[in-house]
Amino acid sequence: MNSPQVTPILKSTTEAKDIKTITFQYPGEVHPGQFFMIWIPGVDEIPMSVSLIHGSEKGITFRKIGEATTALYDLKKGENIGVRGPYGQGFTIQGKHLLFVGGGTGTAMLAPVVENARGKKLKSTVIIGVKTKNELFFEQRLKQTGATVFVSTDDGSKGYKGFASDLARDIFTKGNIDSIYTCGPEPMMKTLFTMSKEKPFQASLERYMKCSLGICGQCCIGEGLRVCVEGPVFDRATLKKAEDFGVFRRDATGRKIPL
Amino acid sequence: MVDISTTIGSLRLKNPTMLASGIMGEDAGSMQRIIACGAGAIVTKSIGVQARTGYPNPTVIETEHGILNAMGLPNPGIDEFGQEMNQLKKSTSPIIGSIYGATAEEFTILAEKMQRYGAAAVELNVSCPHAKRYGLEIGCDALLVQAITSFVKKKIDIPVFVKISPNVTNIVEIAQAAEKGNADAIVAINTVKAMKIDLEVKKPVLANITGGYSGKAVKPIGIRCVYEISQNVHIPVIGVGGVTTGEDAIEYFMAGASAVQLGSAVYYRGPEVFQQVCEEIRQWMKTHGYKTLSELIGVAHQ
Repeated sequence: MNSPQVTPILKSTTEAKDIKTITFQYPGEVHPGQFFMIWIPGVDEIPMSVSLIHGSEKGITFRKIGEATTALYDLKKGENIGVRGPYGQGFTIQGKHLLFVGGGTGTAMLAPVVENARGKKLKSTVIIGVKTKNELFFEQRLKQTGATVFVSTDDGSKGYKGFASDLARDIFTKGNIDSIYTCGPEPMMKTLFTMSKEKPFQASLERYMKCSLGICGQCCIGEGLRVCVEGPVFDRATLKKAEDFGVFRRDATGRKIPL
Repeated sequence: MVDISTTIGSLRLKNPTMLASGIMGEDAGSMQRIIACGAGAIVTKSIGVQARTGYPNPTVIETEHGILNAMGLPNPGIDEFGQEMNQLKKSTSPIIGSIYGATAEEFTILAEKMQRYGAAAVELNVSCPHAKRYGLEIGCDALLVQAITSFVKKKIDIPVFVKISPNVTNIVEIAQAAEKGNADAIVAINTVKAMKIDLEVKKPVLANITGGYSGKAVKPIGIRCVYEISQNVHIPVIGVGGVTTGEDAIEYFMAGASAVQLGSAVYYRGPEVFQQVCEEIRQWMKTHGYKTLSELIGVAHQ
């Protein structure tokens, strides 16, 4: 039933500056790319993509940025959160050499799909894009999968200096990349979408969410595509038709806000 | 050949299924999708004079037999909403503008703008069970309902529907007040005021504490209200509350409804529910020897 299941936090791990992973028991199958609604009692309920799938232990990784994520950040092991889901459509991987591009905390939800791809022995290249090196996380975890991992920082404090999308362009031009999977700031994803022309492409979109059950309409894009049901991961053909992609999102009132 | 077209006053619908207000009705793209899925008409999200963010989450949760929500009337405001309405100008199904206000003046401003935007009718929301100053706070006062309806009716030419609440002592009295105010139709029911407490957290789950209950559980309440209202007014009644299948719709027609609205059904069966319910209505009518919907409307009263 789509009502929050209250469960204690099993682990709370600091990954980088203001970034934490928390895990909890939540039986059932979850596909990389799907998300939960996380209830912080007395504060808010927010959508969070799964960043860790270890049997019945599941995890989410987030940056302390607003009221809800700050409250979540400050919760300690053993304290309760409510979880419902998983919701939406996850990634479908295809091809033999896959390129994953994560921007900011977007890398968190890509980690499980990289692990899946490597589990199938698929050649995987990962770009972790961050503003500066103290925001970097999951580098070791992704390297352990056997994927080729690159880091890009906007300020050049580690790895490639510049945007993840610029580094992706270099790799895409040189390598035999079959398909691209991305999560991060939408302008970055739009750049990757345009750059990769007709190759299979999947991006995970973020929109303001309320019900996550496909009824309230808050997260809809294009011709009534519900990010919570038909998304959050969309493929190239779908994104091509969604005029919102990379252009605008809607705030809590439903007003269009340029991206 | 079974004819499932229906009329609500001067409004003719190719089929009796309408999208209920509050479900995928805030942007043009979503409403276009619901039209493509076969809805006979669309009722927009309730729109106010100013933009409103609504309540914090949790705003929606499922319970054993229904859905509990307290969205808090989020909407972009009537001026901004003009963009969405503009994109729906060529729509093949009528668009009914749902509006909410605190005063007759606000309802009038909103109704006039909806008419200018091309709405086929307006639906006055005087029944939202969880918004201070709005909705039910107006809709439980028969004199106020009559005054607002009559005020709006004088200012616009398109039909005026009044959506009323089951959370009153006597729903018939409110329906009759709307009729006295010259409403063209009654829409019944809005959600039933309800709440849920989590046993572990020992607190209400909805951020707003209370909300409105919809879905399968409320159908018998809706049927009773439509039955009583249609017995006591001379204008069409549109049935809402737990319609998920064709048989649910037939039950509402028998109770006296000329059309039905679907909301939670979009959760239970997806946006395709409109085609499915229409097909189920046709099948039922065929099996039971009915050729037109009008033969069925109100048969439970005979």
